[in-house]
Amino acid sequence: MKAALELDGVTIRYGGVQALANASLEVAPGRVLGLIGPNGAGKTTLINATTGIVPLSAGRVRLGGATISGMAPHRIARAGISRTYQNIRLFGALDVFANLSAGAFARPGRLDAAHAQALLERAGIRHLKLDARAGALPYGDQRRLEIARALAAEPAILMLDEPAAGMNPTETAHLVDTIRAIAASGIGVLLIEHDMSLVRAACDNVVVLNFGEVIATGTPDEIVADPAVIEAYLGTESV
Amino acid sequence: MNVLADFYAAHSKLIDQVGIDALLALSLSISLQAGQLALAQAAFMGVAAYISAILALDAHWSLLPAMLVAALCSTIVAGLLALPVRRLRGIFLAIATIAFGEIVRIVANNLTISGGAEGLSGIPADATTPWIYGTLVVVSIALWLFSRTKFALAIALVREDENAARGVGVDVGLVRFTTLAIGGTIAGLAGALYAHSNFFITPADFGFGRMEQILVWCVIGGITSPLGAAIGAALLTILPEAIRFLADYRDFVNGAILLVVVLFAPQGLAGIRFGKRG
Amino acid sequence: MVGQQLVNGLFLGAVYALFAIGYTLVFGVLDILNLAHAAIFMLAAFATWSLLGAGAPLWLAAPVAIAGAGILGIILDRIAFAPLRRRAAPNLIPLISSIGMAIIFGAIARAIYGPDERKFTLGFLDAAPLHAGPLTFTIVQLVILGSAIAFMLGLAWVMRATALGRAIRAVAEDRIAAALLGIDLERTIGATFFIASALGGLAGILTALQYNSVQVDMGAQIELKGLAVIVLGGMGSITGAVIGGFVIGMVETLAIALGLSGWSDAISYGVMFVILILRPTGLFGKRTLRTA
Repeated sequence: MKAALELDGVTIRYGGVQALANASLEVAPGRVLGLIGPNGAGKTTLINATTGIVPLSAGRVRLGGATISGMAPHRIARAGISRTYQNIRLFGALDVFANLSAGAFARPGRLDAAHAQALLERAGIRHLKLDARAGALPYGDQRRLEIARALAAEPAILMLDEPAAGMNPTETAHLVDTIRAIAASGIGVLLIEHDMSLVRAACDNVVVLNFGEVIATGTPDEIVADPAVIEAYLGTESV
Repeated sequence: MNVLADFYAAHSKLIDQVGIDALLALSLSISLQAGQLALAQAAFMGVAAYISAILALDAHWSLLPAMLVAALCSTIVAGLLALPVRRLRGIFLAIATIAFGEIVRIVANNLTISGGAEGLSGIPADATTPWIYGTLVVVSIALWLFSRTKFALAIALVREDENAARGVGVDVGLVRFTTLAIGGTIAGLAGALYAHSNFFITPADFGFGRMEQILVWCVIGGITSPLGAAIGAALLTILPEAIRFLADYRDFVNGAILLVVVLFAPQGLAGIRFGKRG
Repeated sequence: MVGQQLVNGLFLGAVYALFAIGYTLVFGVLDILNLAHAAIFMLAAFATWSLLGAGAPLWLAAPVAIAGAGILGIILDRIAFAPLRRRAAPNLIPLISSIGMAIIFGAIARAIYGPDERKFTLGFLDAAPLHAGPLTFTIVQLVILGSAIAFMLGLAWVMRATALGRAIRAVAEDRIAAALLGIDLERTIGATFFIASALGGLAGILTALQYNSVQVDMGAQIELKGLAVIVLGGMGSITGAVIGGFVIGMVETLAIALGLSGWSDAISYGVMFVILILRPTGLFGKRTLRTA
């Protein structure tokens, strides 16, 4: 299922705080869009807005041309948007197979073992046992299991919220391959990351957020050289 | 065979009680599996008990139709309760459902059709042991079949992490509504059977005391396991009788068992027996 | 006459308020509902009855029973809640643990006293009512109101003017921050249980005096009424428990006066239900629960 994700002037205001201001971007099928910005810039808010967890104050979100903003979160998920979470949200007490079945919940029929194995393969964790308890897995495997779970839904769009957090350089390099392979299968990927090497290696384009506003878009090379971006990052303590 | 017949004759009341208690425990365990501490089973039981009793006494209905209509009514009541409480979680849901249960009890206490505080008596005792255990078997099979559906997975997902469940496409509101409604149905069947095996019912039979008891069975048997809940009910119903010689200390033992399970084996007995995971 | 009914409502409300403060203190500090509170309410009444039976005067028996209730609260916490804190159990588990303790307390009472009602043989319980203008009240009611106000003022002083009170408020606000500030969590929680259970015990003694009846299941109604009070007042708020207690007491008494005696309880639970749906934090409640 190929469809582009478009955010059009998305604005989120709550409690007097402007979390997102007039944010517009597009995630095209088969392409990887990076979303970067200092902490608190609104990146996770943007994902939450897209998945329907947070209501929009203004603007629109479209998938394949159809408006999805305003729909209930579970409907948006069924429409073809899957995500991973900044703080891992696996179903920890359930086993690997149950987590993958959960991911495939919205798809007709049930997940079988072969299909589950294929998902683990795509996420780079083929060594995992289907009956292993998800919460007991090593951290890196858990992150990848979350990706596998998201893939189980056969989404049009996959949003990854800091999937490399806590990974070492070798693991991060493997993650690049995983992400590019996912995009190559036709899925549009939105990647939130702090790790610039991952962003440069995995992303076709990058959007930079600061204080809820898009301050730059372009290829990784372009935005790294963009003065507005440099100033935004130098103006804060951490990247 | 005579030994069995004698055993049954001596303990038929207890055997019937165990069957009904097991149904009640099953009805609560569904909600608990969805992570909802919805404590209105006693009220659902009461609604059905009264309706089936009234149908039998005033309209001379036989057991099966009375039971089915009564369970339908308790299901509707459960569905109606599910609507206003749909945003409540945790303790708030628990006490809202407790309040609901009290209101139902007070209504029964005040209406003439339910016999007021004295309740209804002379209910035909046609819920014999085969009826009770037949119902239990049917419900158990239905639940077992149900546990193999995708909806059952959805229930577990809602229990584990509601927001992640939404993220994979689970309609959390529908899951919560359905589990409450199913609980209402099963509790309703138990209520009708209770009325038709106890000759008389009063509002006090369906109050918070009964609700606490049902909760205790589920906890001891294993909160997330229907089989465990039924085991818990069976054990705690039989236990007081089996230790009758301890007479005054029965409740003490009940409470002590509950504490021990909560403190040392929170998965409940089913957890201990079948290994980890609910 | 409305004035008289309001006065009657005051006395009922005072007892509700005392009992509800016990619930709300524990909820505020631990986010849990202590369903053994009503059992301590009952045990304190029985303890007083026993002490009186042994020849002690009321002015000695009651305070001893109240202190005993407080200690029982500490024991309750040590057995049923503290072990779960160390395990970081989800907060529905302590609720169930408290039910276990309630069952045990009830069993102890039943074993010692049996299921029958006991009565007091105190002179002033049968004394003629007093009059102040058009209003009538009994000495018992004066005792109730007087001791309730005294204890509530005492509690207010503890909460505002002592280090313990500040510690309790800090722990209720943010347990982790309080610990970082050097507050001894376990001691503060223990003290909270002492105060909460002492107040619950006092409520039990006053109720027993008011109706001249002590019985093993005397706590059954107030256990649930107390929930309505803290929902109205806001779970975790002492002010809310006091105001909520008086409001519910008045509303119930007025309902009875208006001829709705069978429904007065339903009104309280109805109010409770509606508030939970529309405004779960009640009048003065904490922002939101820590967990869903």
